[in-house]
Order: sequence, then structure tokens, then C-alpha cells
Amino acid sequence: MDITEQVGVQVDVQVNGVPHTVAVDPRISLLDLLRERLGLTGSKKGCDHGQCGACTVLIDGRRANSCLALAVAVDGCEITTVEGLASGEELHPLQAAFIEHDAFQCGYCTPGQLCSAVGMLGEPGPSAVTADLLLDPGLTPEEIRERMSGNLCRCGAYPGIVAAIGEVAP
Amino acid sequence: MKPFDYARAQSPSDAVSRYGPGTMYLGGGTNLVDLMRLGVAAPDHLVDVSRLPLDAIEPVRDRLRIGAAVRNSDLAADPLVRSRYPMLSRAVLTGASGQVRNMATVAGNLLQRTRCPYFQDVTRPCNKREPGTGCPAIEGDHANLAVLGASDACVATHPSDMAVALAALDAEVHVTGPAGDRIIPMPGLHRLPGDAPERDTVLDPGMLITAVELPAPPPGASLYRKVRERASFAFALVSIAAVLDVRWDGVVTECRIALGGVAHAPWRAERAERAIIGGPATGEAYLRAAEAELDQARPLPRNAFKLPLARNLIVRTLEELTP
Repeated sequence: MDITEQVGVQVDVQVNGVPHTVAVDPRISLLDLLRERLGLTGSKKGCDHGQCGACTVLIDGRRANSCLALAVAVDGCEITTVEGLASGEELHPLQAAFIEHDAFQCGYCTPGQLCSAVGMLGEPGPSAVTADLLLDPGLTPEEIRERMSGNLCRCGAYPGIVAAIGEVAP
Repeated sequence: MKPFDYARAQSPSDAVSRYGPGTMYLGGGTNLVDLMRLGVAAPDHLVDVSRLPLDAIEPVRDRLRIGAAVRNSDLAADPLVRSRYPMLSRAVLTGASGQVRNMATVAGNLLQRTRCPYFQDVTRPCNKREPGTGCPAIEGDHANLAVLGASDACVATHPSDMAVALAALDAEVHVTGPAGDRIIPMPGLHRLPGDAPERDTVLDPGMLITAVELPAPPPGASLYRKVRERASFAFALVSIAAVLDVRWDGVVTECRIALGGVAHAPWRAERAERAIIGGPATGEAYLRAAEAELDQARPLPRNAFKLPLARNLIVRTLEELTP
């Protein structure tokens, strides 16, 4: 197919429960679709290389770097961004815990930290620091730090982030 | 990013039939999309194989078949992998981040490209990216590049942790392509650079990995260990996947050593293995074997630190595995 014919590829996504049908250039990332086309600027562009985690969203319930996902490749998927975590005026427990524990300074990494933490709390199995692979360990501070290593915070709010997640962890 | 067209493959044969000049297969995209953004990869056609029905992990007699589209996180968390091939689970868990592991596929992990800084920078020469332009790494920033099996054309390392464990487990890579199906035993999927560093693997154009099959777990105990510059979300300086089995009388009956971070491919330390099998399970024997293996290394000025690192890692890991 001629490339110019494909500049508008139709993508159906459900974002925070709202269905969208958009025609996209195959080159645009899910992050750019969310921010530039759908006006959801909560997800942040930090490195745009999958190294900082500021763009983390949930794709079909699993945390992922939206900068590394092509929008065309998430056709048919359900996306949750930081805008979709609260229920109306009621904050998600992790959002409330982040405020309680002063888990941010500038706030730029926070949407990614929150989405990553929501995804992480639902992930089964061990991590690289789990002593016994056959047991599901409790979320100790060491486990939280390892499991959240894909989210950087240049302000260094890590102690508050670990405490906030630890409070919500089962 | 250069324009391209996008198609989602409906089956492995559909993917292969869509393959032509300028085509690349897209898995989780965690490496390829980044390389496209950097201008390192510039496909005209992208065939998305990430949703092919190749996402099962299933026992086949005493073996385990892992679909090519299985996500890295699902592989590491799989109960059978955790109980029967703990080294593989460990290796995958030490790689990348939770987000990346959720996206990345098994085949994509195997086929990811080197993180050599010159390969990823299109303003610099690189024999792997543009054959014949030269290798600035040899005179430049090579602190985390190869010490074994490199050539004058390329000193890149393969960055995968998973592939190192698969090399130690004698895994088989199942491939389909225009010329039919093939089975490639690890570590034979990846090649050394020689004078064709643009080729990371032995795969021909259009070949598609469909599965990785693990033979029955090796006897004895196993470990995966990784040394890196920070505690998490970093590539290996040196890593090791090791298997050791020691008889009641202290004689080693099985020994497998695969090293990561040291070569263009996962490096099976066959010299060391041969030196250790049939001998006493002692630290002294391990040290002699490690030194014999690393005798063939050709370090550069700023990566020579990897030799004592690799030697000590081999010895300490085998000592830990010794009953």
C-alpha cells in the first residue's frame, strides 16, 4: 500500500472508559495520541525512550511506557491514564497516600508513578530481589523499590513514594 | 521518524507472506520503536506480530514450549518456569523495568539490538548500522563493550539477560520463514561480529521466531547473577547463568556457564566447562577454569576491568552452587 494512503489509520481505543475512534499517522505514539489528540496531558513526556516512566499508563490493565507503544498497535485496547484513577471527586487510595506521604516535589513524574504503582500492585510473582521464587513475597520497601525502578524521580521523592505505596499495598 | 505503513499479521504464515524489502516485524516495540525514533531503524513496512496466537507457555512431554509473543513478565511469573527453570525467571526479572517487561516479547528480547552508544547515534560512524563506516568505539567509549569474540569491525555486546539463561539451558529457537521451518539451538542464534557486524543473528530475511523450547531442566543447581552499575534497570557489565551438579564423591558431573555483557552473543564458556567437568568441585579448580576461558579475551583499555569481574563472578557463582 502506498504510504500516503495510510496516513490516517483508524484506531479504536477506550480511554478511561470513554471510547474514541481516531485516524492517526502510524508513527505517533500512544503518549502523543493521549496528549496531543485526546487532550489528556496527565501522562508526561520525560525521556521519550522508555527509561524514565513518566509516560506510564495501563494498557488492558497492565502498566506500560506509552512512549514506546505505537498508537496503531493499541487498537482495540483499554487505556487507563492518571486522569482515570479517581472516582469523581474521590481520589484513588494511591493518590491520597501520595499526598499524605508528600511523595512528590515538582510532580512531573507523579502521574507515571501512580499508574505504575496501580499496575504493580496487581502483578503476580516474584521480583529480582525476591529470595524464594516460589513464594509471593510481601511488598517490603525493598520489593517496592525494585518493582518501581522503571519510574525515576529527579526530585528524589523516593522515600515518600515508597511509604505511600507501602501504605496501600495489601 | 521516517514514514512507514503498518499491518497486523493474522497468523505466522500471514506475517511471513507480508515480508519484503524494507519490512520489519514489530513485537512489543520496546527496542524497535525507540530505534525508529532515533533513526537507527527506518522500516518502510511494519508487520505487527505481537498479537499472533503465540502467547502460550505449555509443557510438551518433559520439555517446555514458550510462545514467541509471550510477554517477558508472563514468562518470569509462570509457575512452571519458576519451579523448573528458576534461572530463566531470575534472568528475565533482572532485565529492564516492570513496564518494559510487560510490553517486551520473548522473540523481541532475543532480537533486541546492542546498546553500544555509537550504534544508537546516527551522527557517528558504526559498522553495525552502516557497514564500512568504521568503529569509533574501539578508540572511544567502550567501557561496557565486548572482551570476548569481538573483531576489528565491531566490539558490541548483546544486551539480553534472558538469552544468557537460554544459552545455558540449551534452549531451541523455533523459526518459520519463506524457506520453511527451522530449529536453531542456543547460543547459535546470535553470531560473533567478524567482518559482518550488521548481522546480529543467523536468521535470514523474513524469518520469524515462533517459539523457544526448553529441554528438560539440567541436573544440579543453577543461578543467574548480574553485575551492573546500579541495582536495578541497568544492563549487565557481566552476567552469568551457571549450572552445576556434583556427585557424592565431590566430582563435578555437570557444569554449564554462559556469560552476558562480554560478547556479541551470549558466551558459552566451553573451555571452562570442559576443564571443570570430571574434576574436583573446588574453588581452585573453578579459578583455573575461569582463567583458561578468559585467556582468549582481547580487552580494550577501558573495559579490561571485565576480566577480573568475569573471573570472580564465575568462581563465586560456582562456589555458591557447590553443595
